[in-house]
Order: sequence, then C-alpha cells, then structure tokens
Amino acid sequence: MKTSQPHPLERLAGKVQPRNRQFWDHAFRWMCVAVASISILFLIVLLISILYQGVSSLNWNFLVHYPEPNPTNAGIGPALWGTIWVCIVCGVFALPIGVATAVFLEEFQPRSKWLRRCHSFIQLNITNLAGVPSVVYGILGLTLFVSMAGQFGTAKEPYMSFGVKYYDQFLSAGERALLVPIEDPSMPATVVVPGMKALNNDGDWVEVNVVKSRRDMPRDDAGREYALVEGRSSGRIQKPSWYFFRLPFGRSVLAGAFTLMLVILPIVIISSQEAIRGVPRSLREAGLGLAATKWQVVRNVTLPAAIPGIMTGSILAMSRAIGEAAPILILAGAIFITSSPSSLMDDFTVMPLQIFDWASRPQHGFHQVAAAGIILLLGILFIFNSVAVLIRQFAHTKSS
Amino acid sequence: MATLIESTPDVERKRNFRFRSLTATYVKELGVKSLLGACAALSVLTTLAIVVVLFTEASRFFQADDVYCDAAVVEDGVSHKCGSFVATSTRDSAGTQVACSTCGKLHTMPAEVTLVGFLTGSKWQPLIGRESEKKFGVWALITGTLLVSVIAMCLALPLGLITAIYLSEYANAHVRATIKPTLEVLAGIPTVVYGFFALTVITPTLKTFHDGFNTFNAMAGGIAVGILCLPIVSSLVEDALQAVPRSLREGAYGMGATKFEVSTKVVVPAALSGIISAFLLAVSRAVGETMIVALCVGSRPQMSLDPRDDMQTMTGWMVQMVLGDVSNYDVEYLSMYAVAALLFLMTLALTFAGNLVRRRFREEYQ
Repeated sequence: MKTSQPHPLERLAGKVQPRNRQFWDHAFRWMCVAVASISILFLIVLLISILYQGVSSLNWNFLVHYPEPNPTNAGIGPALWGTIWVCIVCGVFALPIGVATAVFLEEFQPRSKWLRRCHSFIQLNITNLAGVPSVVYGILGLTLFVSMAGQFGTAKEPYMSFGVKYYDQFLSAGERALLVPIEDPSMPATVVVPGMKALNNDGDWVEVNVVKSRRDMPRDDAGREYALVEGRSSGRIQKPSWYFFRLPFGRSVLAGAFTLMLVILPIVIISSQEAIRGVPRSLREAGLGLAATKWQVVRNVTLPAAIPGIMTGSILAMSRAIGEAAPILILAGAIFITSSPSSLMDDFTVMPLQIFDWASRPQHGFHQVAAAGIILLLGILFIFNSVAVLIRQFAHTKSS
Repeated sequence: MATLIESTPDVERKRNFRFRSLTATYVKELGVKSLLGACAALSVLTTLAIVVVLFTEASRFFQADDVYCDAAVVEDGVSHKCGSFVATSTRDSAGTQVACSTCGKLHTMPAEVTLVGFLTGSKWQPLIGRESEKKFGVWALITGTLLVSVIAMCLALPLGLITAIYLSEYANAHVRATIKPTLEVLAGIPTVVYGFFALTVITPTLKTFHDGFNTFNAMAGGIAVGILCLPIVSSLVEDALQAVPRSLREGAYGMGATKFEVSTKVVVPAALSGIISAFLLAVSRAVGETMIVALCVGSRPQMSLDPRDDMQTMTGWMVQMVLGDVSNYDVEYLSMYAVAALLFLMTLALTFAGNLVRRRFREEYQ
C-alpha cells in the first residue's frame, strides 16, 4: 500500500495553482462554519420543539399516574419505576463484569502464543459486539431469557418457581375480595361450599356466609360483607413476594436487565480498557518491584488510579441503557402496565418504551404526553452526563 | 540476660514477622485470574448465543414443521385426537389442502419458504392472503433499509466529514468548546426521541415544502437517522484526522499551501483509511437503527425508491412482529429470526470491513 501511493506532499507539489487559492480557502472556511453550526441548529430545533409540545403536560400527576387511556390523566409512574428497577439490576451485573473483563484483557496478558491468540480473539469479539444492533440483542433476550428457548416450560407454567403464593379470589356481595390460599397451582379452581373459611382484605381468616342462591342474600351491609353464593367458582391470582424467582424469566425485569446488560457490556469494557490503559506504566512497575503479585498491583495501584475514567465510562453506558428502547420493545412487545414492578419477575415497562407507545398513537394529546416523557428522560440523562463531566474534571484537576 | 536480648527492637520485629504462605498467594492469584477470565469468556458466549439462536430459529423458518392432525377420531367408542403428522413435503404450489393419511381430514399447509426465494424475492406479503399466497422476499425490506440508510448517509457523511475537518484543522479552542459538547449531547439523545422528532417536526416540515409526502415516509426517517449518525461520523473522523502527524501539515504549509489545500490534499488523503472505516461504522449503525424507522417510516414493505412513500425496513418488520399477536410457532413469527440473522450478518460484515480498512490500509508516516 505504502509504495503504490505517492507521499501526500508529492501529491500537492506541481498541482498548486496560484489563482483563486485564497478565495477557495476563505469559501471553505465559511462553509465549515456553516456546516458545524448546522449540528447546533439541529439540537436547538429538537429541544425547542419538544419543550414546546411537552411542557404543558409536565406536572406532578404526570410523574405518579399510570398510563391511563385518557391522555390528560396519563402518567409515566410505572415506566419511571421500571426504568429505575431495570437500570439498577443491569448496572449491578454489567459494571463488575465489564470492569473485570477490561482488567483481564489489559493486565493479564499471557505470554504463550496460543493464549495470546485467545486474548486477541476476545478483543476482536468485543469490538464486533459493540457493532451489533441493539434490536438483535432484543431478539437474543427474547429467546434466551424470556422463554429460555422453550426448555423450561412457559412463564405461566414455570419449570421452577419460589416466593409466590397462589390464591383463589371470590368477590363477595359486599364488593370484598375473599382469598383462599392454594398449595399447588395445578389444582382445580375452588368452589364455594358451606362452612368454608377465607382471608379478607386485612389477611384475617373469616367465616364465609354461604347462601343457597342469590335470593337468599342478606339485605344488611354487615351480612352481605362476607356473603357468597354456593357453587360459585373463583379466579386464580398470584401474589409474588419481593424475592419471587422463576425459570424461565418471562417478560420480567430480570430478563430486561440481562438483555440491557448484554447491550452495554461492550461499551463498559471498551471505556474501562481505555481508562486502565491511561494509567502510567511506571506506577505498575513500582508495585511489581515491591514483589506484589499482579492482582495486588491491579487492586491497589491500577484500579484506584483508573477509577475516574471507569466511572465516567460506566455512567455514559448507564445513560445508554436508560435511553435504549429497541431491545426492551422486542422483549416486552405490546403491553399495558398499570403498576410499578415489585419483584424481579414482574412485568415492566421503561420510559423510552412508554414514549414510543404514546408517540405511535395518532391522537395529538398523546404526542403531548410523549413530549413530556421525553423532557423527563432527557432531564435524567442530562443529570447523568453532568455527573460524568464533573468526575472527569475533578480527576483532571487532581492529577495535574 | 535472656530477657535483655529478647527485648531489643530487632528481635521484637523478627518475632512479629509472619511468613505468609506463598502457596495461598498463588492459589488466590489463580482464582482471581480465572474469575476475570470467566467474565471475559462471557463476551465470547454472547456472540456464540447470538449466532446459535438466530440461525437455529431461522432454519426452523426455512423448514416448517410438519402439520399436526388434531381431528377427533372415534375408536371403539372412545374419542381421541388423530395425532399423526402430515409431512410438509406433500404440499403443492397451488396451495391445495392435503388430506391426513390416517383419518382423511384436510389440512392447509404452511407457506413454502425457501432460502433462495427468501434471498432473491422482491415481494414481502406474510400477513395477507391464504397460506399458499404468502410471500417472503426479503428484498422488499432490504430496499426500505437501504433507502433510509442512503438518505441518512447523504446527510451524515458530508456534514460529519466537514465538521470533523473544521474541528480538527480550523476551530480554535473557543469554538471547539461549543461544538464538541453539542455533538456529544446529540450522540447521547435516545433514538426514540429522534423518532418522535421525525414524526412531529420533520414530516410536517417536509409536507410544507411538497404535498406528496405521506404521514409516514422514508425521507423523514432518513433525515433523523442522519442526524443520529452525524456525531458518530464526526467524532470518528476527527480522531483519524488528529492521528495524522503534525510534520505533514508543517511540510505543506512550508510549501506555501493554504489551510484548505492542507486539509483536503494532505490531511484527508493521509487519514483516508480512518475516514472510510468511520463511514462503514456509521452505515452499520444506520442499518440497525430501529426506533426511528418504527415510528416514522411506516409498515408497508415495497420495492420502491420513492422517499415520499411509506416503507418498511428490516428492523421495522421485527417491531411489527413483536407488537402484533402472532403465535410463537407461526412462520411469520419465525421470519423475524431470519430477518434478524440477515441484519446481524450485514452489520457484522460492515463492522469487520471497517476495522479491516482501518488496520490494513493505514498509511504510517514518520
């Protein structure tokens, strides 16, 4: 390659025409200024248009309400909590694994020829993973985490689960829910029989007032409170504890968090590698000279010195995870969530997905709500990025 | 006497000194190293999982399962399901129903999908018509993807290149301090926001210029993807331009070249491998973009190069599939995996080519 092409200075020589040269120089400079300001223009137009559309819908109700079908009451509450849940779980897994991979690739480089090839293969692999579209990760998560390739049954009939209690629910004439605990979810639905007992709303056992037919129903409220018609069947509900776990994961917080982890892992690894590479070699050699082992050097010298860079990269990766919609969309599909998740196995939605849902509806009211959601999302991302910038500046002033 | 010797500081230090087990250190070191190695192996496992999942599911798309016969059969007074399978090889192109060999019930056979038909066909009609009329020609989707990507690149490549040249060669520290953060903010904005922007701002603006634009159109999507790719191109190209040694520029200035000539005739050619690699990575990003096209490009797969029309991209099809209520075992649903596998191969090839160009064709000047 080098020999076939002339040196750039040779290319220049002999082609220089004195006429109009200054003109072109000036023209190009102004074109550059114009083009560079286009990007600023894009940003200003984008922010102003979104603020203009969304700021009227942004209020406290919007933050806490669930996404009701009426756009004026619709809120982003469950999506906000879903984002918080998913991103925390994602960070808990992705950041240690990413930093560990970066440490392994940078600090534990093997000497033998074959292990070296393995090393460079992993490196190449990570570069390529960074280029895989996030929608493909979504498909991977859908197959691997949500349904586990069908190897462990379905989310409704899981292969294994614990931390969940099943109840048969009856609605009494006094509009109260009466619950009968069920040991085995495969049992047939409970039927009302005389003398049965059930749990009321407060979790206390009460005697059910079983009546023969609708006509025998007591008239007074106290009598109606726990009254059920004999032979009525029930609906099966499940009440998960906070530690509820099952295989396969289903469309749950954990599946979403694992999928996002795969999306941001390459980003965390690459930025951590750069941070570790930036630590001066002399520091490590001083540590090794004191007869410290490799891991002791990493733990006590390299990692503390690289922490600001690693944190900056991690925060940027987390902000990517917050804004990522495509994999979660593939994973969760069209869902309508009205409550925040309370366990790792709960259904969830995240802010970008909720915004997509609103934006894809034709009504103008929903577009306003979507814009309000975008303002909130951009606000959160702005805070994240500011923290990253602050850490970077703090580290600069400290090291200089 | 003995007590005196024991109380000297030297002896005291020796007594407090404990030899740590070297073996324990080695074992710990090995344990830590293998733990870190396991974390690194996870990335290889991810790639492996992507390949295995995409290609096994895609292969199920190309060889549809035999049809299960669920006809009720009464045998010795007991009713049960027939339970035999009708082989898909017995279907014909006209889509005639095939009778079960055991009980004689007629079955509609699933659409015939072949790899060649998938890769060469230009009609994508999986959801309308009878089973035999369904068509899976992926070029209708590839056209949409390519059209959006080409529009995006027409915007992002020139603007990104010139912005990078400006930042690297012309701008003073003051201007850089304005433009660099702007680009970083643009790069950090979630794609769903760009999709919303395209739907509510770019499309109405396009409509004021020309009436022919549809509510969903490829142009708005292309422009939004272009804005998305602009910071990627400019930052990668700027890195490549910065890597060109200062001596080359000084040499050109010494010969009396203007800044324009230095930039376009010396620096850009010298950094060409980096620039091409940046372009390829940006194309790969545009091809895989999902949320923007799902929001504003529409859902009508067609072989058309009219940017005013609504189209469907490969990623748009996947989104339509997961949003619709198609069963997990339907051939339409499995087509999602085949499209995803193709998309994965396309972006992988682009990333590979980008890295190869950067590494192999780098011109090194001393």
